[in-house]
Amino acid sequence: MVTNVTNLGRSGLFDWIIQRFSAVILAAYTLCLLGSFVAHPDMDYLQWRSLFDSSPFRFFSLVTVLALCVHAWIGMWTISTDYLTSLQLGTKATFIRLVFQAGCALLTVVYLLWGIQIFWGS
Amino acid sequence: MLVSIYRYNPDTDKKPVMQDIEVSIPAGKDLMVLDVLELAKQKDPSVTYRRSCREGVCGSDGMNINGRNGLACITPISEAVKPGQKLVLRPLPGLPVIRDLVVDLSIFYKQFEKIKPYLINDKPAPAIERLQSPEDRAKLDGLYECILCACCSTNCPSFWWNPDKFIGPAGLLQAYRFLADSRDTATAERLADLDDPFSVFRCRGIMNCVAVCPKGLNPTRAIGHIRSMLIQQGT
Repeated sequence: MVTNVTNLGRSGLFDWIIQRFSAVILAAYTLCLLGSFVAHPDMDYLQWRSLFDSSPFRFFSLVTVLALCVHAWIGMWTISTDYLTSLQLGTKATFIRLVFQAGCALLTVVYLLWGIQIFWGS
Repeated sequence: MLVSIYRYNPDTDKKPVMQDIEVSIPAGKDLMVLDVLELAKQKDPSVTYRRSCREGVCGSDGMNINGRNGLACITPISEAVKPGQKLVLRPLPGLPVIRDLVVDLSIFYKQFEKIKPYLINDKPAPAIERLQSPEDRAKLDGLYECILCACCSTNCPSFWWNPDKFIGPAGLLQAYRFLADSRDTATAERLADLDDPFSVFRCRGIMNCVAVCPKGLNPTRAIGHIRSMLIQQGT
């Protein structure tokens, strides 16, 4: 077994299932948004606002932002461990990979907090 | 016929070169790539490659033939090359070259070792042998035939990127061969050893392994079965 400390859940199976589960949430949210656009072809700002003011949709949006962050982290972590390895980058690989992962983690947290502020802020 | 062969001796050469050798193919004959390589070696005896059984059993002469991994001894030139094209032979990709078409397979065998490729059974040994029903034996079909030629693993980008962490299609096919064996009692330990982000889950299911396997095996399906077993055990 390959031990690793920077992936999401310590287990390959956990990450694999979470990535697929979060993808289903993202797909469902996209379909809901598309559905509301189709149902209201002349949607104005007030209708748009009332959609995002309803508690169920705000909750769904929050869950989607969380799913997006988790999905993005697993994906970016996988990309970094595929391409930023010592085979490609030599001895500096670990440092470069850690910097890249730290940047991704920071961006993910910023997007999460920003999303919460947009959907739940005053 | 023009044969272009990858030439590289890491001890003396700064970089690899492709050497063109003209060989005459007997009229009306469809030779195997290995036969053509033998003809090329007659022209230049320093051309180096592995070979043994010349019938697709030993797995020694795995190489990249016109961009596709395969066994030189069972790949006819009519299948490898279009009329008028030259035959291009390179070593299996992604592994260190020892010389010309000979690669260092140490890391490939290390991954194979990791999956404990032998039966583990903690029950007392019976007087004669551990019996298996014909149905249980049939579950091993399509798994035990692997000859470890490394054509699949060296055609897999996930193995190129993480050859030290990703078991690779050949190793995982064998891992499932022992997971599926009714006589093996170490299923839980075997699965626990595979449940990390690299060993199994680096497989992206692109099926390069299936496309190139000279024995027509399906490592992607075996990997899917391992995932299913991990899900059954882990949820």
